[in-house]
Amino acid sequence: MSSEVSILLSLAIPLTGALLIALTGRWPNVRETITLLTAVALMLTVWQLFPEVMDGARPAVSLGQMMPGISIAFKVEPLGMLFAALASMLWLVNSVYSIGYMRGNGEKHQTRFYVCFAIALSATMGVAFAENLLTLFLCYEILTLSTYPLVSHKGDPATIRSARTYLGILLGTSIGLFLPAIIWTYQISGTLDFTVGGILTGKMSGPAVGLLLGLFAFGIGKAALMPVHRWLPAAMVAPTPVSALLHAVAVVKAGVFTVTKVIVYIFGVDFLFGQPSSSWLIPTACFTIIAASIVALHQINLKRMLAYSTISQLSYIVLAAAVLKPLAEIGAALHMVSHAFGKITLFFAAGAIYVASKKTELNQLRGIGHRMPWTMTAFTIGAISMIGVPPTAGFVSKWYILGGALQGQHYLVVFTLIASTVLNAAYFLPILYRAWLSKETDPNKLKHGEAPWPMLLALVTTATLTLAFFVYNQPVIDLESQLVGRSK
Amino acid sequence: MDSVHLPALQVVVPLLTAPIVAVLRDARLSWLAAVVTSVMTFVVSVYIVQHVLAGAVLSYQMGGWAAPYGIELRVDSLNALMLLVVSGASTLALLAGRQSLTLQIGEERLPLFMAAWLLALAGLVGILVSGDAFNIFVFMEISSLASYILISGGPDRRALPSVFKYLIAGTLGATFYLIGVGMVYMMTGTLNIADMEARLAGVGDTNVVFVAAGFITIGLALKAAIYPMHAWMPNAYTFAPNIVTAFIAACSTKVALYVLLRMDFFVFQKNLVDHESQFTYLLMPLALLGIVFGSVAAVFERNIKRILAFSSVAQIGYILLGASLISVSGFTAAVLHLFNHALAKSALFLAVAAMGLYFARLRLQVLRGAGRKMPWTFAAFVVAGLSLIGVPGTAGFVSKWALISAALESNLVVPLLVLILGSSLLAIVYIGRIVEHLWFGDATDKAVQIGEAPSWMLAMVWLAVAANIWFGLDSSLPMALAQQSAIDLLRQLP
Repeated sequence: MSSEVSILLSLAIPLTGALLIALTGRWPNVRETITLLTAVALMLTVWQLFPEVMDGARPAVSLGQMMPGISIAFKVEPLGMLFAALASMLWLVNSVYSIGYMRGNGEKHQTRFYVCFAIALSATMGVAFAENLLTLFLCYEILTLSTYPLVSHKGDPATIRSARTYLGILLGTSIGLFLPAIIWTYQISGTLDFTVGGILTGKMSGPAVGLLLGLFAFGIGKAALMPVHRWLPAAMVAPTPVSALLHAVAVVKAGVFTVTKVIVYIFGVDFLFGQPSSSWLIPTACFTIIAASIVALHQINLKRMLAYSTISQLSYIVLAAAVLKPLAEIGAALHMVSHAFGKITLFFAAGAIYVASKKTELNQLRGIGHRMPWTMTAFTIGAISMIGVPPTAGFVSKWYILGGALQGQHYLVVFTLIASTVLNAAYFLPILYRAWLSKETDPNKLKHGEAPWPMLLALVTTATLTLAFFVYNQPVIDLESQLVGRSK
Repeated sequence: MDSVHLPALQVVVPLLTAPIVAVLRDARLSWLAAVVTSVMTFVVSVYIVQHVLAGAVLSYQMGGWAAPYGIELRVDSLNALMLLVVSGASTLALLAGRQSLTLQIGEERLPLFMAAWLLALAGLVGILVSGDAFNIFVFMEISSLASYILISGGPDRRALPSVFKYLIAGTLGATFYLIGVGMVYMMTGTLNIADMEARLAGVGDTNVVFVAAGFITIGLALKAAIYPMHAWMPNAYTFAPNIVTAFIAACSTKVALYVLLRMDFFVFQKNLVDHESQFTYLLMPLALLGIVFGSVAAVFERNIKRILAFSSVAQIGYILLGASLISVSGFTAAVLHLFNHALAKSALFLAVAAMGLYFARLRLQVLRGAGRKMPWTFAAFVVAGLSLIGVPGTAGFVSKWALISAALESNLVVPLLVLILGSSLLAIVYIGRIVEHLWFGDATDKAVQIGEAPSWMLAMVWLAVAANIWFGLDSSLPMALAQQSAIDLLRQLP
């Protein structure tokens, strides 16, 4: 199979899957088999591109012109390869989990759920492989729209309100800020292709650079930089598999991925480094990290707390990209992976707790570790990774980001990283303490054990990945070294 | 086919079939005859577009009398694109509309109604192909009178006062236009547009010509429903039979806009001293006000057709805004939006017409939960709505892109961007409101009983939606014609 075909297939497989799922909706077992098969096929297709990209190849394919001079085109580069590989792998794990969750919970409209999920994954692949900003924008919007039915899944008035916030902020920022930024870029540079070294060098200077960066950073609402973060807590009304894959991995990573790509391939690291007007991004990201952590401290609902933790962790990636040092850029890529593993584990655990015991609030979790040992062990690993303690994935990426910050002598960044570690510990450790060491005080004791086995399988897998990434991360580092122009 | 006769055929086909259809007695047959005629008109438009894309300007001398003495029909890239819009919208609406028309018009009146439809179509394409200012007036009257019949033909009696309002406004507009044309004739002795342009050069600074230009612009602005001269339009759209709205909303105001652009750019722009100020100080502010007012009003409306009608006020503002930037990119954006907005609105109104099969009144309250019962119609509405908002992958995105690009080149970047983008955000709000009511609302007693629209109608609605997506992903056809007409315009600029 040639790599051009692989790129097209990785877009087409989830779409075909969506169609088949819609057609087989009447037979749940067939439908779920198709979901799993689609996920396996997608993962294999995406992963077999990996060795080639690692060797320096950049396979590309174009689908024709959308407007004069701008094509719908796809090209695989290191960062996109990593994102696609990550999302396709976790989709498979998440599909196993979804089946357990949706059945265990007796949810309605399951066919619609799986169809929209598959479409969202196709859009995610499109975002990952887009060769130019316009193609990326197209897929970015499809991703927003295809996740709206997932967020509004429950359909009660509170959910509709939250879904409105979700769609309003994401569409509003993308059309109101992101789109003009893209058009502005096109007018200045005459191209929108992602190019090594950027496309704006020598074409603009002064405060305009800072303004354009602002339009991008806030226009890409999926990166959840404050103050455009409100959609993420709102999205927590969705069923937990959606929160786990989309609002901890695919959608939010699409946001920070786009920000990183804009910084690396549109502005260019060297160009941006020489523009003082762009320096506001680092303090803004630092503020988001600290502020979101403090808000997370005050949450009483588990999923909302995780959402604020995600907002904070996403800004790590924006921050790492904005430090503009090679080590930090690698750190940004690593953190995409490590946060994905850790946070999906945490959401999986939250969903497992909900299915087994219908508990959603933090103060209900006393002693739950003894009832659900597997789940809470995985939760513990995820939490430790969020704090950044070895032997977990979170440590590796934090190490690199810290290294980049010291390289660039950004002491504000160093301070923020330390402060945020303390805050992360402050909101995760009490939960662990409560779950393992407190006694159950629930008056009407519900006898429950672990969640259904597919859910356990999924969360044990991702927890294992979180641990494994601590020791086995060299391929990712090698791949992303190419991003900053170093050969392996 | 011999390309020489194409412009004449374009008008003659519907004009001559109309009386034949009028004497038919069978409702179904009359509908079929109208469909066939409309399809033929569309095919002629496609041929014309092919020739124009190859670089030709089609000119036809009626009766063999040479212009400027005889009557000339003239088609270049600007009106070729418009011909495609008008005949396409008519064809789609007719194809989709048999059940809806039978329901709202009634079997016994359908033949006469179809005749009026074909007259309206003939009038509109007639305006487009005419190369003669007076003939434009004649065809304008034909299309207007026929549209009054179409709009008032429905079961809703409130259509009568609204069509009366439309009649007054339309007659005023046409009269103003005629006064203007008469004055220009007085000064130049010609009615042929190309000739007029050449002869105005000598008298361009006289008061008579200034006044004439004023009459023509205001008269056409009234017909095009440019804010604040739009008052006739929302009610006319709302109370017209649903299928008629799908036809009229896609093209009638746009044809008036076309004449406005043709007269102001191709005839006056070069010849009148300081004519730009009309755009800068009159039409652009009106366009901006229309964008804001139309979008805000749409947010507060409660009837789905009125929401879309007020959205049209805003969209007409976009078109006018693009044109009043007086640049190649601005004019390209305006023409593109003429085309793309017609695509979006005809798809939207066709979806609404499908819902109208089950609901006599189209208030959001009544339609609650209807989307769940007719998911395919609803999905079509949503995709067309996205095109209206300007989401990438749809036709609306292409023209929004062109318009923002043009605004970035102008000297009013910030206010224009704020208004264009702000109005897009309002579009999210009013389309979102409809979506929430239709999908999440508790189904009313009526909505519980209904099912999906007839499959043929659904196919036509989706054809319109597919056009929105097609021209969103590959905009080469409208882009080529729009750019060509903008370049023609540039040649006219001093």
